Amino acid sequence: MPSPPSSVSGASPPPHTAAPPPPGAAKDQTPPAEPAVARTSSRTTPRTRPRLRVPRGVRRASGPVGLLLLWFLATATGLLPESVLASPVEVVQRGADLIGTGELPQAIAASGRRAALGFLIGAAVALALSLTAGLFRLGEDVIDASMGMFRAIPWVGLIPLFIVWFGIDETPKIALVALGVTYPLYFNIYGGIRSADAQLIEAGRMVGLGRIGLIRYVILPSALPGALVGLRYALSTAWLALVFAEQVNADAGIGYLMSNAQQYFQTDVIVLCLAVYAVLGLLCDFAVRLLSRRLLDWRASFDGEGA
Amino acid sequence: MSAVNGTNSVEVRGLTRAFGDKTVLDGLGITIREGEFVALLGQSGCGKSTLLRILAGLDSETEGEVDVPERRSVAFQSPRLMPWLRVWHNVVLGLSGGDRALAERYLAEVAIEEYAGAWPRTLSGGQAQRVSLARALVHEPELLLLDEPFGALDALTRIKAQRLVADLWQRHGCSILLVTHDVEEALLLADRVLVMDDGRIAYEAEVGLDRPRDLGSPDFVALRGELLRRLGVDDASALSHHREEVTA
Repeated sequence: MPSPPSSVSGASPPPHTAAPPPPGAAKDQTPPAEPAVARTSSRTTPRTRPRLRVPRGVRRASGPVGLLLLWFLATATGLLPESVLASPVEVVQRGADLIGTGELPQAIAASGRRAALGFLIGAAVALALSLTAGLFRLGEDVIDASMGMFRAIPWVGLIPLFIVWFGIDETPKIALVALGVTYPLYFNIYGGIRSADAQLIEAGRMVGLGRIGLIRYVILPSALPGALVGLRYALSTAWLALVFAEQVNADAGIGYLMSNAQQYFQTDVIVLCLAVYAVLGLLCDFAVRLLSRRLLDWRASFDGEGA
Repeated sequence: MSAVNGTNSVEVRGLTRAFGDKTVLDGLGITIREGEFVALLGQSGCGKSTLLRILAGLDSETEGEVDVPERRSVAFQSPRLMPWLRVWHNVVLGLSGGDRALAERYLAEVAIEEYAGAWPRTLSGGQAQRVSLARALVHEPELLLLDEPFGALDALTRIKAQRLVADLWQRHGCSILLVTHDVEEALLLADRVLVMDDGRIAYEAEVGLDRPRDLGSPDFVALRGELLRRLGVDDASALSHHREEVTA
């Protein structure tokens, strides 16, 4: 019992506060900074006071920028020969060239079309399957076990089979993207539907919602956060699937640029293509984040501060 | 589940409900008159909430006879608002033709209309519970079921909420069944107090005191002592202990 009060009094106003007799008078007459400082310092000193505040954006940027610098120095000093890795300057120059000739925009368009088509097909399939499995007992029994089984197959390993089935043109590439998109979306939407709070469903029933009303106002909204997480996974998987798919006899697209570059040891083009894939992936991720912020407005957001 | 018979709002006879081989309600009977405020006391796990859920129509795997009015609403122990719907939308959810204006009228009744456009997560516990009451009242129920609605509130908010319920009851004239484990709350609000034990109504007392009631009046104290004894808490020292436990 005695330990907490003693530690508190010892921490905040140390013995000399006894010197100015009435606390009210002391507040008015003595320079106001002194008691205020005594108080704040006792609470927050250990964290913020003495340290120089670097803006968060700068802190976050320091890592990537440092790595870029390191890369530049390594190539500029000849530590990294060009046949192993081109310098960042060359990569940027090559990028400007390829944009000038229209090769890069064309490649991005071709790859983007594959990703978009595959994504749309995969999302439609995932949505249909997860809603059926999530909302109907029969659907769950039939679909969910099968999805669990198919998920055990590494989807990248299906490339040979897809080539046998669909040939080597666009179809197997789009199919692979669609397949990669289907799983994360399916499992996240299905999980979201099944995690709907039984108490809220009861409350919904009590106010007179029927089955359709419950689905619309209770079940689907509670599945939304999961669905958006699934969407983020699905989009990153879509680009990943595209990278694999475009290694197969592509005659257009980023993967085509890359495999050409590989034949001529153009490491700058290869790095450029990788960067383009990354930027496209980041853009998608950013779009989903923006969408989440709009759609999940009702939810207290957690930005990781202090945890 | 037919409509009201005579002047009784609720009539339950021989109600039995078992979970596995544990019998929670055992041939229970209960009657609530139209417009009557009944409080149901009992220790945790005695089946109070099970009874309330059955009256609400949320549990139908029962034996026995249950007559309740068609229009009935529940306010649960936690507010159970849909976090993705604005406060006003929560109030009129499930109500055909319910719009924001109607919601605001009922939110005004529980003195929280300024939060009509807010998200539920921004409300305090007491405010959310008020919204939950507005949502129950918007259906103009003949029977209002309250499942320990003040259980999670702090002492001050709780007193305000109790007064609010007393007001709402006078204004709407519906029958109320209040499930609680707080003897004083039951005696402050109810016309009649039932004590449940072993799946049956073990004791019932008419509270013939004028409203608003005085916690210190001799009749009140006597009734409280009797109810506590029926709940298995005997003397005055145990009584103060009981209060602490209840408000904790």
